[in-house]
Amino acid sequence: MPTPLARRARRRGPRRHTRRDLAVLGVLLGIPILLDLALIWGPTLASIGLSFTTWDGIGDIQWAGGKNYENLFTNYPQFWPAVRHNLLWLAFLGLIATPFGLLLAVLIDRGVRFSRFYQSTLYMPVVLSLAVVGFIAQLILSRDQGALNAVLADKRNPTDWLGDPDLNIWMVLLAACWRHTGYVMILYLAGLKSVDPTLKEAAAIDGANERQTFFRVVLPTLRPVNIIVGVITVIESLRAFDIVYAINKGRNGLELLSVLVTDNIIGEAARIGFGSAIAVVLLLVSLGFIVTYLVQELRGEEKR
Amino acid sequence: MTLPAGIVLPPAQRRERPVRPVGARRRGRFGTQAFLLVVSLAFLAPLLLAVYASLRPYQETSEYGYFSLPRHLSFAYYKQALLDSGMSRYFLNSLLIAVPGVLVTLFLASFVAFAVARLRLRGAMVLLMVFTAGNLLPQQVIVTPLYVLFNKVPLPYWMSDSMTLYDSLWAVIAVQIAFQLGFCVFVLANFMRTLPREILEAAIVDGAGVWTQYWRVTLPLCRPALAALGTLQFTWMYNDFLWGLVFISDGDKLPVTSALNNLRGQFFTDYNLLAAGSVLVALPTILVFLLLQRHFIAGLTLGAGKG
Repeated sequence: MPTPLARRARRRGPRRHTRRDLAVLGVLLGIPILLDLALIWGPTLASIGLSFTTWDGIGDIQWAGGKNYENLFTNYPQFWPAVRHNLLWLAFLGLIATPFGLLLAVLIDRGVRFSRFYQSTLYMPVVLSLAVVGFIAQLILSRDQGALNAVLADKRNPTDWLGDPDLNIWMVLLAACWRHTGYVMILYLAGLKSVDPTLKEAAAIDGANERQTFFRVVLPTLRPVNIIVGVITVIESLRAFDIVYAINKGRNGLELLSVLVTDNIIGEAARIGFGSAIAVVLLLVSLGFIVTYLVQELRGEEKR
Repeated sequence: MTLPAGIVLPPAQRRERPVRPVGARRRGRFGTQAFLLVVSLAFLAPLLLAVYASLRPYQETSEYGYFSLPRHLSFAYYKQALLDSGMSRYFLNSLLIAVPGVLVTLFLASFVAFAVARLRLRGAMVLLMVFTAGNLLPQQVIVTPLYVLFNKVPLPYWMSDSMTLYDSLWAVIAVQIAFQLGFCVFVLANFMRTLPREILEAAIVDGAGVWTQYWRVTLPLCRPALAALGTLQFTWMYNDFLWGLVFISDGDKLPVTSALNNLRGQFFTDYNLLAAGSVLVALPTILVFLLLQRHFIAGLTLGAGKG
């Protein structure tokens, strides 16, 4: 560990940047930083500010204090169902899709035949746009002509998979899983390929069986992948939007926080202040995870 | 874990496996194959169903359901989706967004990454964090102020017939670039850290300025990472749904994913036409994926493959 003084000296370095260098740096660092501040962080702060106002997007901006939040928590029937759905989304992706993706990665990594075919097939849904996934879900699950009801062959009393507000969220979660599993699988597959095989050999020599080797030796070395998968799972659950919007605009049992934000800001009755309050709730939850993740990254960086 | 290991995924390399009794291995093998086959087919089935539905006339499926034997098969719906419903125009919109979007993002991100990873700048870590965190925010958090902002930014008529940034492709391109910069900076900075410093030092001794160090010395070494990111970014920008939906009001300017909704009639929806539209929308990304699979997967794992 070099002393702070030595480190500073090293950072400054022996060279000075010429005027041309400074111009290049100024322009090519300036543009992306400006873009990032103007289109990402500025609006984030503005969202927080607007959430304390009642604004319809046209008239004057009136300060409202915490009224939007109060209304949101006590007086907006869609809010708590949306929170529940977002949590359900997180639990479903985290407890079902992610372990399933890991299982598939482990099986494929064992070097079975046709592994390339399996890998491509299982990954295919990930390249689809979620809007397309939403439409395909309708082909399978629609009440009168859907393939699932045709297989079940209960013509007199068909189940309305997407219309029944108690059922549809589960169907949508399955569709979301369809995409998430492949994503997770690819990440773990890459991680598993880079696990040092001698580790496994050593474990085998020590008499560990396959399961012990995996949970005690392989999985711990996959820590960086685990973290990334965790971050992706949380972020995807908070961001979820497209599938439900494609199916029924996120209504009738498919409410999500992201949908409520969109509903309040576009359309005829724009309630920008109120929509922003929902967005801020979403922001606070995700910032918690983002900061945790960045702290992790930063620690890794220091060790480098 | 090192990054370059993630860049080229070896195709199912053969490896020594722990010795197990032959019978058990064979049984385990068979079970694994059967399981993977069933799961793969289950994963493929919805796609195949969409293709199948798109080839059949509405009357037939409305009478017998999507899950029935075909009586007529034709490409009529594809023709209808492409020509009569104007999907070719939406495809063009998507390309107009994604192609410049990807190129500009990669260019700007690679320079920021270069500055963060290769120059000894003060505050480099902060810069990296700001970009990375920005990419992780839920889009809905920034949608409202951007909507207001874009409505207030005037553009000359030759750039946007709405006279504002709102309701023009520029808005979508700008947001895509700003949003994706975060991911690309993160990935490229990680990648550049793994490059040998000596080459850069040598260039500096030879008197190379910042631009030369970036453009002539560092960037050529990043080609695999750039290819990987480019493939991935194209798919993401092409697939995006929200930005087009929120920042564009004129139906003719929608990107193809958001425009899919237009195939839905107001009173009557022909789901087979929608299926054809879905297949058409999915086709470019599936082709990109199948052709550039190696790059594609590398792009994802570049982001993950660090420790």
